[in-house]
Amino acid sequence: MSVTRRGLLRGALLGAGAIALPSALTACGSSSGSGGSAGGAAGKTVSFGSNAAVPQPKGAYQSLFAQAQRETGLTVDVNWVDHNTFQQNITTYLQGNPQDVFNWFAGERMEFFAGQGLLHDVDEVWAGIGGNYTEAMKAQSKGPDGHYYFVPFDYYPWAVYYSRSLWQAKGYTEPTTWDEYIALARRMKRDGLIPIAFTDKDGWPAMGTFDYLNMRINGFDFHVELMRKGDRWNSPQVKAVFDQWAQLIPFYSPGFMGLTWQEGAQQILNKQAGMMVLGLDQIGTVFTGDKAADLGFFAFPEINPKYGQDAVEAPIDGFMMSHSPRNHDGAVRLLQYLGTARAQQTWLGSNPADIATADGVDASKYTQAQADSVKLIQKAAHISQFMDRDTRPDFADPVMLPAIQQFLNHPKDAASIIASIDKQATSIWAGNG
Amino acid sequence: MAGVPLLLTTALVWLPALLSVVLSFASWPGIGGVENIHWVGLQNYRNILTIYPPFQPAVEHNLIWLVVFFCVPAPVGLFLATQLDKQMRGSRLYQSVLFLPVVLSLALIGFMTELIFSPTQGLLNNLTGHARGSSVVDWLGDPHLNIWAVLLMACWRQTGYVMIMYLAGLKSVDPSLKEAAALDGAGGRQTFRHVVWPALRPINVVVLVITVIESLRAFDIVYVINRGTNGLELLSVLVTDNIVGEASRIGFGSALATILLVISMAFVIPYLFSTFRKEERG
Repeated sequence: MSVTRRGLLRGALLGAGAIALPSALTACGSSSGSGGSAGGAAGKTVSFGSNAAVPQPKGAYQSLFAQAQRETGLTVDVNWVDHNTFQQNITTYLQGNPQDVFNWFAGERMEFFAGQGLLHDVDEVWAGIGGNYTEAMKAQSKGPDGHYYFVPFDYYPWAVYYSRSLWQAKGYTEPTTWDEYIALARRMKRDGLIPIAFTDKDGWPAMGTFDYLNMRINGFDFHVELMRKGDRWNSPQVKAVFDQWAQLIPFYSPGFMGLTWQEGAQQILNKQAGMMVLGLDQIGTVFTGDKAADLGFFAFPEINPKYGQDAVEAPIDGFMMSHSPRNHDGAVRLLQYLGTARAQQTWLGSNPADIATADGVDASKYTQAQADSVKLIQKAAHISQFMDRDTRPDFADPVMLPAIQQFLNHPKDAASIIASIDKQATSIWAGNG
Repeated sequence: MAGVPLLLTTALVWLPALLSVVLSFASWPGIGGVENIHWVGLQNYRNILTIYPPFQPAVEHNLIWLVVFFCVPAPVGLFLATQLDKQMRGSRLYQSVLFLPVVLSLALIGFMTELIFSPTQGLLNNLTGHARGSSVVDWLGDPHLNIWAVLLMACWRQTGYVMIMYLAGLKSVDPSLKEAAALDGAGGRQTFRHVVWPALRPINVVVLVITVIESLRAFDIVYVINRGTNGLELLSVLVTDNIVGEASRIGFGSALATILLVISMAFVIPYLFSTFRKEERG
């Protein structure tokens, strides 16, 4: 049956005439299954599909897997794939010959594939690692059926970042409410700064601001329902989010629609701009070395006192097990190892832009921003996963990304834009693809 | 032996095209077997035309692309080719310089577009003093500007492509014809109009075809810049967005692909007619 399916898929693509399906991923999947079921030495190999082909995370993973071999006796046979390619091909990958264990994300992104029956549950893994995790983390690792499908490894918060030295020189203090935030932005403008570095050439960075505005105005529960059910887009609550957002646009970087987040983070690093809503995973890679201590942040300000600052956007990265792993027992043991603070500490040794998900990591090795991130997340009553991880994959990028860009270009058209989002959401949730 | 190419085109071109037309009447996430396909009739087409905001700009941009490719690279390429054909000093050097962009991949030209047009770090704004403060010209993010910045780069490449086609054509024009025309007292312009241009007829058809193909399959440059959003929408990008990805809308994407196919047909069918008519005559 799956042969017919793939044949049809390729047919559709060729018919489109414009694209060639990057099928390298599936091809790799079948070639690297050296962890055969023949027993003996073969049972000691676990295959792993990684989305971390670039040098920085790849090196960290390589030392982690070397340590895993010393501690568990398991050899990890890795198929390195470019991050975006991995993501683009995940559906084909999981239906082909996927590796036993692979990199993925928590939230709806995990639940979607669990719901499609493309994953193996990892309840056995959690029997071993459950004690290492908070209740919030456990909740983020379960599918709708109550089984665990995900082992969290690292994560990072989204917040409002700034340069400590710039703020000290100018005498700015961290705002906690919307009015203070706007007042600070005005003052920065008078001081000749770009008040808020904001960039949206890639489309997705703006989603973080939407998530925070929605959680601060309408609360976490409304936000998650909106993301999961998609049935209340054309509502006064969502309109309020866009209206609030329109107040920020005059403070944004000139030419923000043509800038990448790297260029925005540079504006913070170079002290041209005052503050920026971004993830630590991004800005932490720009503030490196002795600049790391200069990176400060505060939680996105309160708008509705009913919800305060109770939610933090903190996307979790981790691992999942494919539906029928060749080496199931080895995969369970490897995942149990990756679910320990020890393993995560090894990996974090070379990464200043994330924090560990397991309890018991030696925090003295964290940078100031990493240590503060832990505090911010632990204080939070709710953790969200970022728009493209909290909602259906066929809705976030194809519908929301261009809609938000449209709004940022024409803030006055908010009403017609949310009406259009609503119609598209209705049709997507009603159909099956 | 004619059976082999026929078999190949049927299997690799017509069958997949037909399948995507069939799938355009379905709703299917690309997961599970054919039993998961739901037939929804014209629903995908209705949605594309009524509630899919990127569709209209994508069609407009594909048409702008086509018109610009006809109006700029085609005549400029012909002009450059006739100049190079005159065997002036250093014509090989000019030829290489003008042909160079054709060798570059379109994705690379996308990166070059970013280097030149980025608002704060790009060459253009830094040279003209528009890289800072409120005077920033947002070449890549302003939906009224970015399509022209991209088209400028696309034309740069296409011109070299067209030029090399015409140059090959001009080289094949029998020099004795030109000499004969000169002996009869024809000037340069007259020789071109009455002798060279008719001889270039087969090349004109080739140029016509590559102009149409290159403008309808335009994809790489805009995808590198911002994945074809915010003023850079193209039909090929919308097809990709909906079919390739974490969760696909195969039916919806196939409907978009079918629309692209129909648009291509508007150019392919007249071409086929004229070809077959000629064969009958010959």
